[in-house]
Amino acid sequence: MPSLISKSPCEDLLPVEAGGVKLSEYPVDRVSSVAPFAGKERASGAALKAIGLGWPKPGQSISANGARILWTGRGQAFLVGAEPAGLDGLAAITDQSDGWARLRLAGSGAETVLARLVALDLRPGAFPEGSVARTGLGHMMMILRRDGADAFEIMVFRSMAAFAVRELHHAMTACAARVAAG
Amino acid sequence: MRISGKGLVDRSKTVGFRFDGRDYTGFQGDTLASALLASDVRVFGRSFKYHRPRGVVTAGSEEPSALVTVGRGAAQVPNLRATMQEIHAGLEARGQNAWPSVNLDLMAVNDLFAPFFSAGFYYKTFMWPRKFWEALYEPAIRRAAGLGALSGAHNDETYEKAWAFCDLLVIGSGPAGLMAALRAGRAGADVILAEEDSRMGGRALAESHEIGGQPAAEWAAGVVSELAGMPNVRLMTRTTVTGAYDGGTYGALERVGLHLASPPGDLPRECFWRIVAGRAILASGAHERGIAFSNNDRPGIMTAGAVRAYLNRWGVAPGHAVTIFGNNDDAHRTARDLAGAGVRVAALIDVREDVEVAGNFPVHAGCRIVDTVGRMGLREVVIADAAGKISRIVSDCLAVSGGWNPALHLTCHMNGRPVWRDDIAAFVPKPGMVPGLEAAGAANGAFSTRACLAEGAAAAGAALEALGRKTVTLDVPVAEDGAVRLRAYWEVPEPRHRAWLDFANDVTTKDVRLAAQENFASVEHMKRYTTQGMAPDQGKNSNVAALAILADATGRGIPETGTTTFRPPYVPVSIAALGAGGQGAGFAPQRFTTSDRAARERGAPMIEAGLWYRPSYFPRPGETTWRESCDREVLMVRDRVGVCDVSTLGKIDIQGKDAGRFLDLVYTNTFSTLKPGRVRYGLMLREDGLVMDDGTTACLAEGHYLMTTTTAAAGPVMRHLEFVHQAHCPDWDVQMISVTEQWAQFALAGPLAREVLNSVLESPIDAARPAFLGVIPVRVMGVEARLFRISFSGELGYEIAVPARYGEALYRDLVARAESLGGGAYGMEALNVLRIEKGFITHAEIHGRVTAYDIGMAAMVSAGKDCIGKAASQRPGLSGPERELLVGLRPIPMSRAIGAGAHLFDEGAEPVSANDQGYVTSVCWSPTLKTHLALAFLKNGRARHGERVRLVDHLRGTDVICEVMHPVFFDPEGGRARA
Repeated sequence: MPSLISKSPCEDLLPVEAGGVKLSEYPVDRVSSVAPFAGKERASGAALKAIGLGWPKPGQSISANGARILWTGRGQAFLVGAEPAGLDGLAAITDQSDGWARLRLAGSGAETVLARLVALDLRPGAFPEGSVARTGLGHMMMILRRDGADAFEIMVFRSMAAFAVRELHHAMTACAARVAAG
Repeated sequence: MRISGKGLVDRSKTVGFRFDGRDYTGFQGDTLASALLASDVRVFGRSFKYHRPRGVVTAGSEEPSALVTVGRGAAQVPNLRATMQEIHAGLEARGQNAWPSVNLDLMAVNDLFAPFFSAGFYYKTFMWPRKFWEALYEPAIRRAAGLGALSGAHNDETYEKAWAFCDLLVIGSGPAGLMAALRAGRAGADVILAEEDSRMGGRALAESHEIGGQPAAEWAAGVVSELAGMPNVRLMTRTTVTGAYDGGTYGALERVGLHLASPPGDLPRECFWRIVAGRAILASGAHERGIAFSNNDRPGIMTAGAVRAYLNRWGVAPGHAVTIFGNNDDAHRTARDLAGAGVRVAALIDVREDVEVAGNFPVHAGCRIVDTVGRMGLREVVIADAAGKISRIVSDCLAVSGGWNPALHLTCHMNGRPVWRDDIAAFVPKPGMVPGLEAAGAANGAFSTRACLAEGAAAAGAALEALGRKTVTLDVPVAEDGAVRLRAYWEVPEPRHRAWLDFANDVTTKDVRLAAQENFASVEHMKRYTTQGMAPDQGKNSNVAALAILADATGRGIPETGTTTFRPPYVPVSIAALGAGGQGAGFAPQRFTTSDRAARERGAPMIEAGLWYRPSYFPRPGETTWRESCDREVLMVRDRVGVCDVSTLGKIDIQGKDAGRFLDLVYTNTFSTLKPGRVRYGLMLREDGLVMDDGTTACLAEGHYLMTTTTAAAGPVMRHLEFVHQAHCPDWDVQMISVTEQWAQFALAGPLAREVLNSVLESPIDAARPAFLGVIPVRVMGVEARLFRISFSGELGYEIAVPARYGEALYRDLVARAESLGGGAYGMEALNVLRIEKGFITHAEIHGRVTAYDIGMAAMVSAGKDCIGKAASQRPGLSGPERELLVGLRPIPMSRAIGAGAHLFDEGAEPVSANDQGYVTSVCWSPTLKTHLALAFLKNGRARHGERVRLVDHLRGTDVICEVMHPVFFDPEGGRARA
């Protein structure tokens, strides 16, 4: 039976590397927006607890069992890597799996690279592992999560994937050139 | 000339460079200024207005005269200060404002006409005839005056912008700054130490005294080395903090690649930083000021502190026989340092009678300089004693000190005013002028080394306390602690010739007095009348002296006269750095659909729709104009089938038990009655009652809707909905989120649309299901999809939506299948023609000034409920025969082309604005109806169908009679879409 060929947002664009910093794409995974209905906030949180997560505080994420949930705004979170089970009737769910390019920027200079495009204080004390922000990446809007001491998850609109890669790669090569210049 | 055994340059590394077409050498660590002074170059450029030869005056970023252009072609950078530009192999610099060269400048004739060119000359002289100003006088004046020029070519070199965050920002790395950074660094705070020089140390590098028992430069190197070892301290050299902004944010310009002989290709030339700091300490030092006397602008005349800097930092004596002229004890150091280094000191002249100077050089106390000699470089100084007795001193360098002005500029960036201190005859900052910023050391008026060290340490202690951090103690090293001894002395009275204040803008003491005489007595008026302080140095060298002279001329004190406002930036900042990343395609994000590559491979020219790129048309072999392709695509849709990517339209998922009620509030028509599986066209008003957007909304399930917006208004509509929810009905159970990017959506339009679809769907569809304005779930090659039956072309139309990962594959497949049936892809041009033929509106019509009444949709504003904008839309003047209403137009004859933007007039009326009857919004050639068509707004147009109007396009010169028609030209019954 014929089937439709599936493509990831950054197919043919990634990975790229410069100055010890690598930009790659996360494997395509299930991403759902979760927005609890009025009065169902607590029940939604309990349903998410049942899969090992819970409702994230503003600016934070919770990870467990290969899945995670990211705060993404007022009364809204993104569930990544898990089916939104047990939330029927408790929260408005939409499929966002194809709507976002999910990039991983990793390496000891990752924070320096992001300092070219992000106006936030990303020092580990101010933005520790698991922190989430909806903020700007250059002229784009993004969801940013610290994935490790030297790693960040960057989510931008799928349509802007090529532009985001271009911008990040430009910042990466500029930072690498600084190291090369001494 | 170079002095052996002096300076911090690396004499083992010789560096070759070019200046004004000649080869020179210097050493690693030299600036262009120090290297050229070492080679006895004296003339660096010509002055702004009079083209007078000028040399180096200072040793820092405040340099007013030695401005040069570096580089060639597109990459040339004008107005770089020779005192800041480091030399490197291959550096090529040129003097400015001179032709053919700085040593032979034909424009110097201006200097002979100087008596005519005083302040206000242009305003008074070139008043008449008035229209000559812009066309003749101003361009000519601008050509003759000025500084370096841009190449005019597109420069694609890399610049950069970046952010940095810290607990404490220390601005300046002199003794005060180093102490502040050291104390805060040892206490564990995140510290950024910004220094505009290439080397940390500030005045410690330029003076010959000791700190803590070791040479000052060595002490500084030791502290810098300790700081470099702290992971919490970031040292930023070549970084000038340029502005203080709200919330502890500071702008800073870093010279990243400008000093390198062969920078890596991706290295930015400069980086503009935004540094956000919990606290900041301004340890920017002070600027030495001159004294105004006759011909005080000759090459070879510089500040006394600069002469010391060239000697001690770079091992350069700027002259062979140096005269020193001052009003304070600090100037005496210059004489002592020079004498100590074996440079001949021709004379020390002090305006004060009661000075005690020990040194092996002639001292002239109570004397003044009445003139200087040497057009291309100082040769002689003419002095007068208290009795007026004249004598001449042969000298090729004159070091002048009129005292020091704290470099307090940043403290004034939020409109704070500094206070005057009589003891040092200078303005100093008041605490709290910029929240969180404290001045320390010379920037705060503390001029002894010991006081600078102590203030830096104390400021760090205060900052740590304010940050809530534990502090550590730091011993203040032993250092020179002399008191300031100075007699305020701004100008030598009754100069024989012009006495210069602002070297960069050629402003003299006479200009300032003239301003006062013409009643431009306020310091702000004087500044604008004379242009004093408006050059690249922003008056750093001349400001205090100019207002002192203004104070004298107006009989006021200096504090009463006040100072002008210092604004950012502290030094000139390249626009390229401020706009870094915004060149070319970096200007705005680009959004690409999943079918982008497929469209480009078919040769489609892409057009921008907001940030999106959409195919304009799909040329086929033999088609030579866009119109041929467009006409074919339109007829293809009307006769066969066309495929178009419509993913760019906004899609908003709305859920909750109040979702239907919410849609009733934001749409003019009712949606709460819409059944699952049905789609309805909706119209949305702004709060002011004018049309905001239109689109279809589908009911996917009970309490679950999918709203479609136009491409252009996707963002604004989302914002509007969020606002309405949060401001008007926050307690309603409504959740919404954009799903625009999740779905790739393709329109299939034309009589064969169903046939194409049935070739890919797992279960076939028929005319009944989905019915017109219906939505059903379908499966396409194993993928769950949504199928909408809607039409923007007037033909049988569907839109199929699949998760975006399958978008490219499905698009290519659908186009191939359509082509097999004689159809194919169509672009924006055909889409536009199809919708004009059908009278469907876009934002060309709903452009923000039209009401529902204007577009014939007043009946869609439901009488049975309220909605956003309804009340406002009922205001007088927003409906009625005086309104311009949507109509169709057809030219007579039909072959006459018409253009959008043309205006409408009654037949026979003169086409002037008083007779305006309306305007054209959309036009096309209709291959279906074989005529040009237009949508237009015409006064009381709905009552005028069948009338003739005159269409005049004043821009394109068109003048056509048109017939007014109903705006739906094709298939007015709508039978084709329902087939």
